[in-house]
Amino acid sequence: MYVIIVGAGEVGRSIAANLEDTHDVVVVDRDSDVTEELTYSLDVLTIRGDGTDLEVLREAGLEQAGLVIACTDNDETNAVVCGAAKATAEVFTIARVRRRTLLETWQGSQGAFGVDFMVCTDLLTAQTIFRISGLPSAHDVDTFAGGLVRMAEFDIPEDSPIVDRTVSEADCYDSLTFAAIFRDDEMIVTRGDTVIRACDRVVVIGSPDSMHDFADEVATTPDDTEEVVIVGASEIGFQAAREFEEHGFRPRLIEQDHERAREVAEALPNTMVMESDATNSEFLAREHVGEADVVVAALDSDEKNLLVSLLADRLGVDRTVAIIETPEYADLFETVGVDVAVNPREETAEEIIRFTRTDHTEKIAMLEHDRAEVIEIEVGPDSVLVGQDIVDAAAELPDGVVIGAISRGGEHITPRGSTAVQPGDHVVVFVDATVLDEVVELI
Amino acid sequence: MRLRTDWRASVALVGTVLKYLAVPLVIPVVVALIYGESVFPFVATIALTIAVGHGLERLELDPDMQIREAMLFVAISWLAVAAVGAVPYVLAGWGTESTLADPVNALFESMSGFTTTGATVLGEISLEQHSHAVMMWRQLTQWLGGMGIIVLMVAILPEVAVSGAQLIESEAPGPELQKLTPRIAETARILWLVYFVFTAVYIALLYGFHLAGMAPNMGLYNAIAHGFTTLPTGGFSPEADSVAAFSAIVQWTAVPFMIIAGTNFALFWHVFSGEGHRFVRNSEFRAYIAAIAGLTVLLAGMLYTGTAPALSGLGGITEGVLENSLRQSAFQIASLLTSTGYATSDFVEWTSTGKIVLLFAMLVGGSAGSTGGGVKVVRWLIVFKFLRRELFTASHPEVVRPIRLGGNVVDEDAIRGVLGFTFMYLFIFAVASLFLALDASRIGYTLTPLEAFSASLATIGNIGPGFGSVGPYGNYLAFPDSSKLLMVFLMWIGRLEIVPVLVLLTGGFWTR
Repeated sequence: MYVIIVGAGEVGRSIAANLEDTHDVVVVDRDSDVTEELTYSLDVLTIRGDGTDLEVLREAGLEQAGLVIACTDNDETNAVVCGAAKATAEVFTIARVRRRTLLETWQGSQGAFGVDFMVCTDLLTAQTIFRISGLPSAHDVDTFAGGLVRMAEFDIPEDSPIVDRTVSEADCYDSLTFAAIFRDDEMIVTRGDTVIRACDRVVVIGSPDSMHDFADEVATTPDDTEEVVIVGASEIGFQAAREFEEHGFRPRLIEQDHERAREVAEALPNTMVMESDATNSEFLAREHVGEADVVVAALDSDEKNLLVSLLADRLGVDRTVAIIETPEYADLFETVGVDVAVNPREETAEEIIRFTRTDHTEKIAMLEHDRAEVIEIEVGPDSVLVGQDIVDAAAELPDGVVIGAISRGGEHITPRGSTAVQPGDHVVVFVDATVLDEVVELI
Repeated sequence: MRLRTDWRASVALVGTVLKYLAVPLVIPVVVALIYGESVFPFVATIALTIAVGHGLERLELDPDMQIREAMLFVAISWLAVAAVGAVPYVLAGWGTESTLADPVNALFESMSGFTTTGATVLGEISLEQHSHAVMMWRQLTQWLGGMGIIVLMVAILPEVAVSGAQLIESEAPGPELQKLTPRIAETARILWLVYFVFTAVYIALLYGFHLAGMAPNMGLYNAIAHGFTTLPTGGFSPEADSVAAFSAIVQWTAVPFMIIAGTNFALFWHVFSGEGHRFVRNSEFRAYIAAIAGLTVLLAGMLYTGTAPALSGLGGITEGVLENSLRQSAFQIASLLTSTGYATSDFVEWTSTGKIVLLFAMLVGGSAGSTGGGVKVVRWLIVFKFLRRELFTASHPEVVRPIRLGGNVVDEDAIRGVLGFTFMYLFIFAVASLFLALDASRIGYTLTPLEAFSASLATIGNIGPGFGSVGPYGNYLAFPDSSKLLMVFLMWIGRLEIVPVLVLLTGGFWTR
């Protein structure tokens, strides 16, 4: 495919490096030093110019391009690039943004700004932080089809009413599909007679309402004793706190700036915001920060994050996570005692690269460290699903695939054996990662 | 010294209000004609109010209303309207034995009416001594005052609507103005419409009971009279026995309507426009209902076990009678908590445990944006949350914790306003109690502490009845004129929620 990347910052560069072998890549950047340097270091075509200028995009080969990735450091520029590209050519557009409000606007009005896929750096990083914080009973939640469909992974506690029942017994919810069960290291794609056991992690897909009912009935709320402390209410720190909140935790957030502390405290009802210098050891001792299970350092500089992480480690915190902007530091940080270093740009680049691999996929969510994925796909006319019942279509799909939900014209349809999928429907599918490419091809 | 507040603009607009006051005055004229009574007091008042109103309007032909002018206008309007409203009482009472012939008493009764207090100085509440027209005017003043004279003006007069938001802010109960529509006049119209619809439904229900034979003495006159004083949380009744004069079903029906009257009217609008969920999710509404339910259950238990032991007349025996315990409890709590002031039982005769529960209910008040008086539920909620935060931050000084109401953050300035109001309210209430007690002893009339406190609380909270001599079947006649005038002042500032009136007494308002 012919790919145009606008913005050769760290994100654009690492995407280009990743795609250079398999695709024709053109990189557009305003800085001539950067373009010159890239020409030699990567096997890509570079063009110096402003990506919001249509002439520049044409020169980059917009007419023959299949994909435009706008990943400059400016949200508005990226939106304009996508809008311009979309208006003049038949391309798939990907925009990288920092602000979550832009992402929410885009999610609320599919196709806004001419963007087909949007990656929010801060949110992505926050999600990563949450995922790697490694807390028990945290479950992945993701929404699809503009909020119509939700996917969640639940820990089944021992006293849950569905323990030792089969899936068909447990499934008394109208619009809910049991997709899979993770038991220890094993992944089981559910069938009607699969028995649910205590400590299983069950993946379900369905409407938000039925998800809510299900959660009320069977799931555990996170243990109150899990202590999360986030240092620094940077945008990432703030989003991370929100991510923890959304999963039922009550994190603490330390921010030195008075105005910012008040601002985030207003936006985060379940977070205890404290206004203090995080390196003040008297304060840390008084608030028992050392007893926290996880400390996330999300201040505005790598050095400060290192300092805070080391301090936390010294105080006896179980796990420290630090945000780093300079990728070269990652190994160094982890060597001196930071448990995990997260680089926002790297996360963004990875997300975009993963997306370019799975072609028509509109949205993906990874489960259990990418053992399986839940993806949303718009069904094309050639799809194996079209023209036959789901039961028959499933026979043609490899093992490890569950159709979780269908959205048609803004309505949620629960797939049953006799449901027929039509071209243009969006299906939310649970897929074993090993057969992912094959499945995407068939659907 | 040069005045910086354009009082002419405010007074001229007060003239407009007075001129339009002639319109509701037509209703008692009609009532007088129907019952073949003298129309003179009302016709004379109509002439007076139009003449005075017209004269004042000429002070400033194009009034320009700013914040200060708006406050001044709202404050004077209420005083002026109460003064004009007192004229028919004086004229009708002249030469008769009516206590209202005395101008101070008439002003007290009129202010009590417009502010929906329901405290009375009528020596004898009966249609024999007072004409149907006068008694209907007494009821009507409460209906006009309930949703607010200024709100009504904003709704119908384009020239007032320009600065309408400012005006309604000064008049409407509750910490802040809730606009329902982009145009304030439209919001005012909606509020009055909701108010009107509930009143009409209530009147129809009461009269329906009468037609169905379930409420023999609830004729059309009484149905309208009570419709006029329930929805504004007023409490006047043309019956000497208040609502105790009617059958149990009437009493039960009044309870939900008093509760409705004490609810934020904007919420009903949300229900009508299909956003019913905002009703249930409203944290003030929840707290309000919880307070009513909790106090009702508590009091019903007390009544059942004998808090009102000796009452076999008004209110009937409650000890061991479940229905009557529940009814007396629900009615009295709904009436006093929402600041209505009706009674179905002479709670003056109750033991002190029951009275304390009632006193507690009186302190709560209705919801913001309702017709109820008092401190208002939302303010108490904010005060409690504030205190809880103070206790928490005492041990965790670094914690930044915004106060939330139903998910929305309450601005720190708004919290300060609420604390300031609540403190002022309690302070004035306490000082006024002291003044009432001293003033009464000056003329050799001894008040019990409970009487002094309840008289002060019942007037500033626009509730009406208190305990002792000012109980639901007593009156405020025994107080000296100076005390009555103080209570007129209390009712006035209570209705306008203190600040718009008290600010007029500061030098900075006029000169800076």
